Amino acid sequence: MTATTAEKMTETPSNRLGDRIFSGLALAAGLSILVALTGVFAFLLIRGWQGLSQDASFYDAPRANDFLHYVWPLVFGTVYAAVIALVIAVPLSIGIALVISHYAPRRLATPIAYVIDLLAAVPSVVFGLWGILVFAPAMVPTYGWLDDHLGFIPLFAGNEGGGVNPVGRTILTAGIVLAIMVLPIITSITREIFAQTPRLHQEAALALGATRWEMIRYAVFPYARSGMVSAVMLGLGRALGETMAVAMVLSAGKSLVTFNLLGNESSTTIAANIASNYKEGTPGKVAVLIATGLVLFVLTFVVNFLARLIVARAERNTTR
Amino acid sequence: MSTLQSPRTSGLVSDLTAGKLPRFAPALAAVIALGIGALAALLIGGGLLATVLFAAVAFLVVLPAWYAVVEGRRAAVDRLVTCLVWSALAVALVPLVSLLWTVVHHGARQLDATFLGQDAFITALHQPTGILHAIVGTLLITLTAAVMSVPLGIFAAIYLIEYGAGSKLAAAIRFLVDVMTGIPSIVAGLFAFALFTLLFGPAYRSGLAGAAALSLLMVPIVVRSTEEMLRLVPNELREAAYALGTPKWRTIVKVVLPTALGGIVTGVTLATARVVGETAPLLLTAAITTKVNLNVFDGFMTTLPVMVYSSQAKGHPEDFDVAWGAALVLVLIVLVLNIVARIVGKIFAPKTGH
Repeated sequence: MTATTAEKMTETPSNRLGDRIFSGLALAAGLSILVALTGVFAFLLIRGWQGLSQDASFYDAPRANDFLHYVWPLVFGTVYAAVIALVIAVPLSIGIALVISHYAPRRLATPIAYVIDLLAAVPSVVFGLWGILVFAPAMVPTYGWLDDHLGFIPLFAGNEGGGVNPVGRTILTAGIVLAIMVLPIITSITREIFAQTPRLHQEAALALGATRWEMIRYAVFPYARSGMVSAVMLGLGRALGETMAVAMVLSAGKSLVTFNLLGNESSTTIAANIASNYKEGTPGKVAVLIATGLVLFVLTFVVNFLARLIVARAERNTTR
Repeated sequence: MSTLQSPRTSGLVSDLTAGKLPRFAPALAAVIALGIGALAALLIGGGLLATVLFAAVAFLVVLPAWYAVVEGRRAAVDRLVTCLVWSALAVALVPLVSLLWTVVHHGARQLDATFLGQDAFITALHQPTGILHAIVGTLLITLTAAVMSVPLGIFAAIYLIEYGAGSKLAAAIRFLVDVMTGIPSIVAGLFAFALFTLLFGPAYRSGLAGAAALSLLMVPIVVRSTEEMLRLVPNELREAAYALGTPKWRTIVKVVLPTALGGIVTGVTLATARVVGETAPLLLTAAITTKVNLNVFDGFMTTLPVMVYSSQAKGHPEDFDVAWGAALVLVLIVLVLNIVARIVGKIFAPKTGH
């Protein structure tokens, strides 16, 4: 009896209509995300298409006469700065994640995690401001020392005829600032995964007489390997796309292909190049910049795509 | 017999701690390392910073070496890793402390009624300027972005959890949302720039275009956090509502969403805090002005991050001061949003336990 009344109630037209509207709205919202993502690609393609084949004067005329020669040094600079950032950030963030998950007592671990998250909340423009006004000048003596003592390595060669960038605004500075910015991302993902390592594995290792480091090496790291890889890739995606900090530190950066870390002439990144050149604003130049933006979009999309794919596969493996 | 008793009778070391370093060993090693560091700094040259650096390196050598001699290689490696891991934390805290200190130190001097209550539009020479226009612009653009992306994000999450659960489309959307969280902010800015200049002419700049770019960055964060929260709502609640004959949409509105409200508000606040600090997209879409502009739909609009960037780019020391002041206000806004998110999360935290 009650079942039939309930059935009748749900079958009233207003309820069915409400349900249809609501599910329609939800579906539309979900689909709009697909539309937005394709829209980003489509609009960048539409506006950037002409930028792919412009007159040579719209590129960096003497240095680059077509799009490929224009964008290649920028792609190089983008990847180079991101790699510098990762080389510094990955060991540090794995260390910090271990402190939070395994080394610090619980009372200390929560505040440490909170402080590291605070680092993620600082806007990138503030990092840029700090990088250019405080950090870069502070690094000049160190760079000088590196140039004096390790100058025989091409990375630290500095300028031709000796000396380093007098204001410290080098790609190494940009890379270190980027490292500080991606550190909290990598830390937060790896610490989650370290914390998920099965307790029994760890206790079994300790019971066999392993030291704490051997337990981490043989029980925690193998379990967390794919998660660590994807965390690094996500950090890479962030470092590739970061704009303001690099644009501010490397405001004099040129589109060059050079591995030199300390010299006056350094490469710059796609994002920083867009931010510092968009003001010149002739339609032809803007089209070229949008086309480089498209390249950056594809680059980060592929990196993020791979990272998420690794995460998804790891999740499937652990649930099985 | 006598061999068994000899360690006991010696009275200095017990059986359990034989062959182990005493507990004060790390402290002693630290003192030795500090001495070595000071000596090295004196010999090679360098200030306090160099002393600390040398001491840290010396500590990383002395302590494991001592362990290696007394307890063997494995204990030494273990101790070395412990030291390295903690020093990674110390190294990461240095820039954070330095950054917060400089922002507060340089910025606090700027904060007064003129700085906060006036825009930068000058009608007379030597007129004091402020950042009111940037504060207003930040609040308006962020609010517009939130208005656009919060309903969209929540509805998308509802689709993912309630309607499309298990379907291929939902899986695809979830994957793309994840990928979307990694879109570089400058690309979002270029997209909004390309879209709005195509629609309204090449010179069109407005707060709305900036907000559109920001919402592209904000939607995926809102979707992800809302989705997590909806997933936490126990299925029994939904089934109880269905059993009473409540239609699905009323169940969602009256049961599911209220249960998850705290988490959703926290997620939205954190997403807002994340986009408040975005610079690059607004640089492209909302441009720079010196006057207060209350119309989101038309006209240039400056936000605090753009203000920080443009003041710094001018390159005079007094402009740097403005940049520090604006940066402090920006950091304070982000901090307040984060604290609000935490408090809301605490208040509405789902009551666990049966």
